[in-house]
Amino acid sequence: MLAAQQRPRLIDERGLRTDGRRPDELRPIRIELGVLKNADGSAIFEMGNTKVIAAVYGPKEMHPRHMALPDRTVLRVRYHMTPFSTDERKNPAPSRREIELSKVIREALESAILTELFPRATIDVFMEVLQADAGTRLVSLMAASMALADAGIPMRDLIAGVAVGKADGVLVLDLNEAEDMWGGADMPIAMMPSLNKVVLFQLNGTMTPEELRQALELAKKGIAEIYQLEKKAIKEKFVEVS
Amino acid sequence: MAEGDFEIPWSPYIYRESNRYYASVVGVVDVKNGTFTVIPLKGSKYWPRVGDTVLGMVEEIELYGWTVDIRAPYPAYLPASSLLNRPVTAGEDLRRYLDVGDYIVAKVEVFDRTTNPILAVRGSDTGKVTDGTVVSISPSKASRLIGRNRSLLNTLVSMTGCHLMVYPNGMIHMRCPSSAQEEAIKGAISLIEIEQESHISDLTEKVRRFIASKLGEANVSSSAEA
Repeated sequence: MLAAQQRPRLIDERGLRTDGRRPDELRPIRIELGVLKNADGSAIFEMGNTKVIAAVYGPKEMHPRHMALPDRTVLRVRYHMTPFSTDERKNPAPSRREIELSKVIREALESAILTELFPRATIDVFMEVLQADAGTRLVSLMAASMALADAGIPMRDLIAGVAVGKADGVLVLDLNEAEDMWGGADMPIAMMPSLNKVVLFQLNGTMTPEELRQALELAKKGIAEIYQLEKKAIKEKFVEVS
Repeated sequence: MAEGDFEIPWSPYIYRESNRYYASVVGVVDVKNGTFTVIPLKGSKYWPRVGDTVLGMVEEIELYGWTVDIRAPYPAYLPASSLLNRPVTAGEDLRRYLDVGDYIVAKVEVFDRTTNPILAVRGSDTGKVTDGTVVSISPSKASRLIGRNRSLLNTLVSMTGCHLMVYPNGMIHMRCPSSAQEEAIKGAISLIEIEQESHISDLTEKVRRFIASKLGEANVSSSAEA
């Protein structure tokens, strides 16, 4: 087996991770709203090396009309990874994984958007992963939530999410690629922080009940931090510079 | 945003969870004698309200009326009988009265969750737009273009001598004495459109300076007298 593919040590003797972070430390985050002119709302969300651009169109009339719902908006969500987002070219055709993630993200967004306000209409949400380095589903979800806010679509709350995992038996916040690949567990959680509601919760791997409790607490802490950054990004766009 | 029991008018921009109120969009909270509303700062769509006078573009000609784009999530329907003031005879060519691409000013007659908006032409200020120029601004900025007590709109009108109508769906109809003034207003409108801080800074003054620089002081005063 090649050296590069051997399992690295995820936690060093000082208790730091492969990228030098403490176990409860987030990756650096950058959020920018209104990056696309043609979309009704758009945002770029960066978390460490993971970069996602999201665009929102609507609410608008639903075509074909028989697919419209009489009591709420239909959300059409596409999560997609660009061919250049990974180290080996990714086939641009939507994979089974991307279709599933689109569905998971759609369901998370449906619980945040006040879909009942726009019956018979549709909202299109597009997310393109520009660079993938673990946590793309959550970064995509957050990018979409920021783009929806940018589009002025009524929502219950912004969505903030973070993954908690296990690296060499230690609970770590906001996994990177190495921890995602070789770690013991991966648990992405997304919430509407000010309502204290969970909109996305998945777990890959194994955790004891006690570990799960601790992981939830850790995630909540990270989510609170991200939520503040999201609010700051929105305020920055609207509050005066002059 | 607020906590407690309030009697507030229904708004798509306010969301209630037991007795806590949250704003559902980025906006400014407007507190007025015991109640409050949220004025959204973003939004590319107009939410139709019965009684509003809107300006729309004819999208499609149907058998007994027209489908009009009023920049709402839903297409509006204008029955031909409303414009013609008489029943339509079957097979009549409605293209003679309104063609695709024509602008029409009409009132929102009916609209709720279950039906698309239906327009009506009633009163002297409605009907087909036959002259001037139509431009648009995002609907959430339309009220900003009018300004507090119509201050910004009055500034624009008095400085350029144009006749200006701003509709709540973000459409603007203007009739100007010359194309120079028209261009000046178009510039001012795009200035308001891109203005991120339109809710804070003194936009009227900024627009005044812009128009003055565009038309020149002498020209401004003469057209104001006209």
